[in-house]
Amino acid sequence: MAAETHLGGTEYKYGFVTDVEMEKLPKGLNEDVIRQISAKKEEPPFLLEFRLKAYRRWLEMEEPHWVNAKYPAIDYQNISYYSAPKQKAKLNSLSDADPEILKTFERLGIPLDEQLRLTNVAVDLVFDSVSIGTTFKKKLEDAGVVLCSISEAIHIYPELVEKYLGSVVPIGDNYFAALNSAVFSDGSFVYIPKGIHCPMELSTYFRINDKETGQFERTLIIAEEGSYVSYLEGCTAPAYDNNQLHAAVVELIALDNAQIKYATVQNWYSGNPITGEGGVYNFVTKRGRCAGVNSKISWTQVEVGAAITWKYPSCILQGDNSVGEFYSVALTNGQMQADTGTKMIHLGKNTKSTIISKGIAADLSHNSYRGLVKVAPRATNARNYTQCDSMLVGAKCSANTFPYIEVHNASSQVEHEASTSKMSEEQLFYFQARGIAMEDAINMIVNGFCKDVIQELPLEFATEAQKLLGLKLENSVG
Amino acid sequence: MLEIKNLSASIDGKEILKGVNLSIKAGEIHAIMGPNGAGKSTLAKILAGHPSYEVTEGEVFFEGKNLLDMEPEDRANSGVFMSFQYPVEIPGVSNIEFLRAAMNAKRKFRGEAEISLENFMILLDEQMKHMEIKEEFKERNLNEGFSGGEKKRNEILQMLMLSPMLAILDETDSGLDIDAMRIVAKGVNHFSNKDRALLLITHYQRLLEYVKPKFVHVMVDGRIVRSGGPELALELEERGYDWLTMSSPYEEAV
Repeated sequence: MAAETHLGGTEYKYGFVTDVEMEKLPKGLNEDVIRQISAKKEEPPFLLEFRLKAYRRWLEMEEPHWVNAKYPAIDYQNISYYSAPKQKAKLNSLSDADPEILKTFERLGIPLDEQLRLTNVAVDLVFDSVSIGTTFKKKLEDAGVVLCSISEAIHIYPELVEKYLGSVVPIGDNYFAALNSAVFSDGSFVYIPKGIHCPMELSTYFRINDKETGQFERTLIIAEEGSYVSYLEGCTAPAYDNNQLHAAVVELIALDNAQIKYATVQNWYSGNPITGEGGVYNFVTKRGRCAGVNSKISWTQVEVGAAITWKYPSCILQGDNSVGEFYSVALTNGQMQADTGTKMIHLGKNTKSTIISKGIAADLSHNSYRGLVKVAPRATNARNYTQCDSMLVGAKCSANTFPYIEVHNASSQVEHEASTSKMSEEQLFYFQARGIAMEDAINMIVNGFCKDVIQELPLEFATEAQKLLGLKLENSVG
Repeated sequence: MLEIKNLSASIDGKEILKGVNLSIKAGEIHAIMGPNGAGKSTLAKILAGHPSYEVTEGEVFFEGKNLLDMEPEDRANSGVFMSFQYPVEIPGVSNIEFLRAAMNAKRKFRGEAEISLENFMILLDEQMKHMEIKEEFKERNLNEGFSGGEKKRNEILQMLMLSPMLAILDETDSGLDIDAMRIVAKGVNHFSNKDRALLLITHYQRLLEYVKPKFVHVMVDGRIVRSGGPELALELEERGYDWLTMSSPYEEAV
C-alpha cells in the first residue's frame, strides 16, 4: 500500500480559532511570573509556596529525552504561561460567558443549552487557561458531589486541596510535572463524599485556543470511602503551524472501597501530516493512588491526536486488594509520535492490575507502548495481566513495545502477551468483495481490534470514539 | 449473464491474461481448468475487482453492465460473488457481525431496509445446517484460526447467505478432505438453479465429480485454449495438461 500518497487529505475539523479578547502574561518564566499567576488567582499563601518550590525544583532539573520521539528543543522562555478570556465580572452561570466561547464549544459538538445537553453528563469547560463553567451544577450539589474548576476549589475547599495536591504526583516527580506544579492555571476538581455513587458521568472539555500559550491544567479527583465516580475528558486545539505545549498533571485518590473510572478521548491537533509542522506536544503525568483497601482505579484512553504524546497513566496499588486497570487505544498517522503506556506499582497484598494496550500506526508515524509492572516485597499474591497489540497500516510506520517488569515477591504472578498485525489490502478487499465499502471495512477492522478498550468507555462516548478511529484512518488506507 | 471479451490484464507490469473470451448464461455451470500459473485465479480476482491487477485490454459485462467500471463492493452487491482461494483472517470481527454487515450492505445498495436480527438468525441457522457448521462458529472471529476446510465451508456459507446471481469459486476444492468436499459440494448444488450461474476454477477435477459442469474450459498461459463438455475434464484427468501446453507454441506459430 502506498500510504505516503494519501497523507494530504487528512482533515482536522476542530482546527478553527476563536476570536476573543484575551488577558495574557508576557512570554517567559521566572519567579515574578509565578507570583503574578498566583496573585491573579488570589491564591492562599500555601499555594504560592507550592508553586515556588516546584519552580525551584524545575530549575535544577533537565528535560528528559528517553522518549521514543524526535522534536526540536522547546524554548520555555518563548511561551506565555497565563492566558484567559477577558471577562468583566464573575460568571454566575454559563449563559453569562462570552458568546464567542460558547459558540466554540457548540462547534466542537458540546451542546450547552439546557435542553440539548448530553443527558446524564455534567461538563466542565476549560478554554485556554481558565474554566468557563460547569453544567448540571445544581444536580451535582444535591448529591453532594463537587465538580468545579481547581481555581474555585482552592477558595472553597482549601484544606482538601492542600492535603491532596501533589500527594500522588510530587512536585519534583519529573520535569514536566514540576513545570506544571509551578505554573498550572486551571483544571478540574472532583470530590465524591463518603458512600456516594455519583449520579452522572462527569466530564471536562479542554480547548487550547491561543497560539503561544502553554496549557498546564491540573486535575484532582478525590473519592472518599465507598464512593464511585466516572469521569471523562476530551481535548482539541486549533491547527497552528507552531507547536503548543500541553503539560498536564492529573491526580486521583481512591480511599477504602472507592472506585474511580477515568477516561480520556484526546484529539489535539496533530500537525501537518505532510510537513510535520505544528501540533500539540502532549506531555502529561497522570497517576492514581489506590490508597484504601479494595479500592479501584481504571484508566481508559483513546489517543488519536497530538504531534507527540508522552504519557503513562499509572496506578499505585497501596491498599490491600486494590485493583488498577489501564485500557488504551493509541492511533498515530501522518507524522505523529506516541510513546504511551502505564505503570502499575503493586505495594499492597492481593493487588491486581490489568493492562490492555492497542496501538495503531499508519503513514509515517511511530507508535510505542512503554509500561512498567512493579511488585514490591510486601505485595504478596500480586497479579498482573498485560496484553499489548499493535496494528500497522502501510509499510512506513513503526510500532514498538517496551515492557519493564520488576518483581520482588515470589508469590506474585505477572503475565505479558504481545502481538503485531497488519491491516492489509487483502483484508480490505475481502470486505469489499462481500459488498462492504472501504470506509466501513476500516471501521469494522479497527473497532474490532480496539473492542476490548472501547467497551470500557462510558456509553455516550463509545460511539463517538468508534467514529473518530475510522475517520482518522480513512485517508491512510487505500 | 457474464460476457468476457478479449480480456488482458497484468500485475506489476507482468502480463497474466492475454485475451480471454468467455460467455456464461443463467442456469449454466462452467469450469475453468488448467496448470498452475495459467491465470485462472487472476481471472477470478479481476472479476471481483482486486485492486492489484491492471486491465490492459478488453471488456466484461455482467447483466449488461460494464463490470470493470464498478467498485468491488458494487460488483458484490450487484450479484457477483467470489469464493476466495485463501480467505484472510480478520481478528476482532466476528463471523456473525461480518455476515450481517455484508447482507445489510447489499440491501442498502438495492434500497431495501436492513434485515431484522430475528430473520437474519433464522436464515443463518438454516444455512449453517446445510454447511454442517457448529453454533460456536457465529461468535468466532472471521476465519481466525480456522482450518483450511473450515475456511472454505465458511466461504460457501457466505455465498448461500448473500445469494448472488453469479458465483465464482476459486480453487474451493483445494485442501479439502473427503468429508469437507462432500459438504462443500452439497452447498454448491443447493445453491445452483436455473437463474444462477457458477464458474468453478479448479486444478483437479475432484470437485467436478460432485458438481457437474455443462462446459469445461482449459486455460494455459493466460488464454482459454480449449473448450468442451464434461468429457474434457475426464480427458485432462487421464492425459494431464502437457499435451495442451506443448501444443500451444505450435498453434501460435501456425
